[in-house]
Amino acid sequence: MTQRFLRAGERDVLVEFPTLADAVAARAALEGSPIPGVTDAASGARTLMLHFDQKVTNRAAVEAAVAALEPGAGLGVREAPPIEIPVVYDGEDLDDTAALLGITPDELIAAHTGRTWVCAFGGFAPGFAYLVSDGASLDVPRLAAPRTRVPAGAVGLAGEFSGVYPRESPGGWRLIGRTELPMWDLARTPPAAVPVGAAVRFTRVNAAEVGR
Amino acid sequence: MSALEVTAVGLLATVQDRGRFGFLDQGVGASGFADRSSAALATRLVANAPDAALVEVLFGGLAVRARGAVEVAAAGAYCPITVTTASGRMHHAAMYELIELADGDELHLGAPTAGLRTYVAARGGVDVPQVLGSRSYDTLAAIGPAPLAVGDVLPVGAATAGDPVVDAVAPPWGVGEPPAGVVLDALLGPRDDWFTPDAVRALRTATFSVSPVSDRIGVRLEGAAPLERAITDELPSEPLALGSLQVPAGGHPIVFLADHPITGGYPVIAVLTAASIDRAAQLTPGQWVRFRVR
Repeated sequence: MTQRFLRAGERDVLVEFPTLADAVAARAALEGSPIPGVTDAASGARTLMLHFDQKVTNRAAVEAAVAALEPGAGLGVREAPPIEIPVVYDGEDLDDTAALLGITPDELIAAHTGRTWVCAFGGFAPGFAYLVSDGASLDVPRLAAPRTRVPAGAVGLAGEFSGVYPRESPGGWRLIGRTELPMWDLARTPPAAVPVGAAVRFTRVNAAEVGR
Repeated sequence: MSALEVTAVGLLATVQDRGRFGFLDQGVGASGFADRSSAALATRLVANAPDAALVEVLFGGLAVRARGAVEVAAAGAYCPITVTTASGRMHHAAMYELIELADGDELHLGAPTAGLRTYVAARGGVDVPQVLGSRSYDTLAAIGPAPLAVGDVLPVGAATAGDPVVDAVAPPWGVGEPPAGVVLDALLGPRDDWFTPDAVRALRTATFSVSPVSDRIGVRLEGAAPLERAITDELPSEPLALGSLQVPAGGHPIVFLADHPITGGYPVIAVLTAASIDRAAQLTPGQWVRFRVR
């Protein structure tokens, strides 16, 4: 695997991969064989950031350990059954987003529900999962002007990702639907409904089934 | 069990500890002390364990009344301190020394003469419930014990980590006139190659000014000229290290502090050293900043 090592200050190594799948696979490999002295890891769309304890290891040792990882192929979906997210597909941007992709809204819904998504990384807000898939591209640009208020439970698309807003916040993703499933609950362990590496299937439900 | 009752709050006072680790994948960052070295010094003065929680005070204005005897110490931004007893007698106390509060004594922090954030530690630690393994309030994620409000009662834990070894230390900084500016140390990368050679040169030579629009998430800096990008593509979201000097679309850098976002889509030109992150957390609006870049 061709990866690039970038310096991110005294105690972090940023590892850049050619593709998102490579980054996800490297992360999965890292879970299987932790690197001594690496105390925290975070994932990005093409990158992995490793935080190391300078009393235990150093940059060169961390980089050598990453280079020696043997990642599997593809998105490395975990064995666990996918987490089901029931969605009412009545998002404000559903029609526009389908038009951007040159398909009908029903075809967009079929594409969104007909594939397994994997959480590549978390960020933006507690419980926000950046979901990726292997299927035909659903890449759409973000909205030119982000909304100041996106409701909790809104399901969206942006770039190569799909995601669910865990709480009300500003946001620039294209909204195609909504779910009642709480994405973040401090009373739950783990609090995030969809941790990194977890698989997700979206299912279509009608508004009556979710009671609004 | 002794406690501290909050009787006044300035701009913002929060409970903080070393931070929350292991939740990056779930969208929750570390948070914790913005100026770690000042917090560690306050912690050591009262002989607390390094993971004890304390109160981080933004620009003074905090007052707390002791319920039972409580020993406290303050470090960081240099504030005048007074103690008013239950019978109404007032005396002065000082930063960087042990302050014995008797039952009913009220401690008050004035506005700092230098710096921004003061750390008030109580012997035994601020013993509020942990959220995800930490007592830090994360202003970005809105997780942890809520910012202090008048009437809050902060339980103080039992002292477990030995006895204080000194009564006072010499203030490491902040006495006298605040400096007009500071020099911060930074390491180039990870994305310095996304900027023009002129922008990298400007980072080494230009003087930036601290914007009032700064908080625990980051210190916004304004330079004379924006830092120009050589690569104008959109950067796929990537993790951010504490102390990152991120350059958003406008070209004016932000120094990311304790509550910074976990990932970002703008390139980071350099990352501050640990000591300089602490200095950055004490910058006040209008001060100038220059960078010593390696």
